[in-house]
Amino acid sequence: MSNKSFSSWMKSGSPWVWLNAGAVSISLVMVVGLLLLIAVRGLSHFWPADIMAIPYTEPGKEVITLVGEAIDSEVVSAKQLSRVGIELPEGQASAERLLIKVGNRDYFGLDFRWINQPWMGEVSYPAELLAIERREWGEFYGYLSSVKQQGEIVVSGDAAFAELQHRLIRSNNLVGDIKSLAKNEMGKINAGLEELRLEKRKLELRSVADTSIQFAELAEAEKLLDVSYKDLQNKLAALYKELNRDQMMVVMSDGREVEIPLAKVVQALRPNAMTVFEKLVVYGHEIWKFVSGDPREANTEGGVFPAIFGTVMMVLIMAVLVTPFGVIAAVYLKEYATQGPIIRLIRIAVNNLAGVPSIVYGVFGLGFFVYFLGGNIDELFFQASLPSPTFGTPGLMWASLTLAILTVPVVIVATEEGLSRIPRAIREGSLALGATKAETLWRTVLPMAAPAMMTGLILAVARAAGEVAPLMMVGVVKLAPALAVDNIAPYLHLDRQFMHLGFHIYDVGFQSPNVEAARPLVYATALLLIVIIIVLNLAAIKIRNRLRENYKASES
Amino acid sequence: MEAVKQQAAPAARAINIESIHRGAKVSLADETTCLEVKDFNLFYGNKQALHGINMTIPKNRVTAFIGPSGCGKSTLLRCFNRMNDLIDSVRIEGQMLLEGNNLNAPAVNVADLRRQVGMVFQKPNPFPKSIYENVAYGLRLQGINERLTLDKVVEKSLKGAALWDEVKDRLHESAMGLSGGQQQRLVIARAIAIEPEVLLLDEPASALDPLSTLKIEELIYELKDKYTIVIVTHNMQQAARVSDYTAFMYMGELIEFGATDELFTNPAKKQTEDYITGRYG
Repeated sequence: MSNKSFSSWMKSGSPWVWLNAGAVSISLVMVVGLLLLIAVRGLSHFWPADIMAIPYTEPGKEVITLVGEAIDSEVVSAKQLSRVGIELPEGQASAERLLIKVGNRDYFGLDFRWINQPWMGEVSYPAELLAIERREWGEFYGYLSSVKQQGEIVVSGDAAFAELQHRLIRSNNLVGDIKSLAKNEMGKINAGLEELRLEKRKLELRSVADTSIQFAELAEAEKLLDVSYKDLQNKLAALYKELNRDQMMVVMSDGREVEIPLAKVVQALRPNAMTVFEKLVVYGHEIWKFVSGDPREANTEGGVFPAIFGTVMMVLIMAVLVTPFGVIAAVYLKEYATQGPIIRLIRIAVNNLAGVPSIVYGVFGLGFFVYFLGGNIDELFFQASLPSPTFGTPGLMWASLTLAILTVPVVIVATEEGLSRIPRAIREGSLALGATKAETLWRTVLPMAAPAMMTGLILAVARAAGEVAPLMMVGVVKLAPALAVDNIAPYLHLDRQFMHLGFHIYDVGFQSPNVEAARPLVYATALLLIVIIIVLNLAAIKIRNRLRENYKASES
Repeated sequence: MEAVKQQAAPAARAINIESIHRGAKVSLADETTCLEVKDFNLFYGNKQALHGINMTIPKNRVTAFIGPSGCGKSTLLRCFNRMNDLIDSVRIEGQMLLEGNNLNAPAVNVADLRRQVGMVFQKPNPFPKSIYENVAYGLRLQGINERLTLDKVVEKSLKGAALWDEVKDRLHESAMGLSGGQQQRLVIARAIAIEPEVLLLDEPASALDPLSTLKIEELIYELKDKYTIVIVTHNMQQAARVSDYTAFMYMGELIEFGATDELFTNPAKKQTEDYITGRYG
């Protein structure tokens, strides 16, 4: 009886339905789980956590007070503890231990510390504990004692915190001014000086008999630039003097009082005294700083804006390069080439190209684009700046080109598919009206195949945005001194090296000097990379759907 | 009001068409020649599809090709605007003259030829563009982009194809939203917008409902004043209704060609009689 019902259940096909549904749900759970893990780990980093003060007594030592943020906790067995020389009371099999971020790296040596539960005293959260984000040496935790101006105490005691906030706004504004002065105005003068140097070099290379007039003109221009440079330098020095006016005195957990110049402080908070709403405001601000700021401290702090910018720029340039190239190739293969064994061979080769490991493309890009093409471009057009290379070195242009080659098979295949789906009747209709083949292609067939091209582009973008390995050879760097777009002509600098989120993850996660501090940033950056890829894809899908709407006929 | 009138009209006029045919006496000898086919053979690879076709197609008349499926009538029609050029394996022998000029001569520009010899296909094939752009397509190809000229030609062509009243308020909507019959008339409007001399119709009504078919037939009757029309049809009643001359083809050969009345009432060949009386499978 039961045997029979089992076999009829098998026959009904429902086991297969269950199997399929199971496979789908497992995939879904994995994707959601992955996103959740990255999101939780990455986003929690920006929350202004409460700061604990813990009296801590190691056996045989005096009581010390530790101040810091709880990062992690784990339970360790007595055996493990005894191996490192820590004996638990009789009968206790395991104990909890806590990882706290104590900060103050310049004074304590390490910003993280494991402490054991049994030796901890009563945990308290003093409202006046100050968490200071510094431009160097990471976080600082302590109690504010006074605010100084030129070494003289201005305010001390309870009023000091308000005064500190007030003065921090001023110092941060000054930092911004200095940055923009150094970057924009001085950058422009530097670019001008470099240009003059190249002019001079060109004159020398040309070996014209009498160049003294030109040289004199160049020297004149240089003098003018020098003067304005000196001017800016003085301005900068004045700004720095202003910036260095204020200091703060802070008492650390071990009782030492230290001076911190406000020039080195990004912000100072009292998280223990903040309401949830205030924390939320700070949280949003922190995330914004992460997305829009420049990295500091070997990329382990600050923002990732240059990496976002580099990633998006590279993908966009790649898209601009790969679309026409792939479409033209597909049109030739499908519409003009005589279909035969050679075309079939080419098609197989194109399809296989998509399976070549990406690092191989990196090697190709380095050998062909950077050394061969770039080297020759330098020889021909940038002779004056040699031996320092302009295009003969890894850069944005070569990275985009390499990725364009990597993704061109996807575009070709998708476009060919789209072209073959255009009904013959439409082509004949156009030809019968006196259109040539090229006119038919341009006016009717290609617009109708546009959604398919966009599909190819979407796949290409998705692949290119996540690719890291080939980029390490053709243009990505740990820290790019300048963005590829700025206010110095020609505004878009394709020869510059750039930062990339994928490489940033690798760099922060594995190459950073302070792994523990950088770990949350790895998750946050990974989340950001996923978000950017999703946004790029959504944009492309949106465009494709609009095109589809316009050319509905091709679907029917 | 307007719509009601239009619906009522076709039936009445259809009868008219038939009566006109019955009354008119036509003879090939009196006609001006438009297209001439001389000893024409066509091969698909090694297979011969047309055998020694000789015929003259008169100017400003409707000539119908009838015959069973696969007899070569569409193939012959597609030779008049060299649509067969698109098929690699096609090879032709003999001559085909348009107003005395060999249209397969090497000096002939195919695009120009197709401008002179328009074509409408079996299935309506409007482009996925607006109604307006569909009609303007051929003109834009010739580099005519002035708004005023285009507006005028579009209106004239749509009126010529008896579609203007139905679409004048939605010229800039997609042509894909039209019904099958409207689409086919739009395609005809598109073809006559570039003012060809000859209009080739390849079973233009076979994918349409009876009412739309009637409208197309009416339209053909009106168009013949201006254009030489060659129509391929499976429907013998249709051939009898719309055409002045009829050619019966069988197995790639032209069996009989003559005035429609003559051919249907008094066929010269036994094969023709068998076909029109329905004795072929």
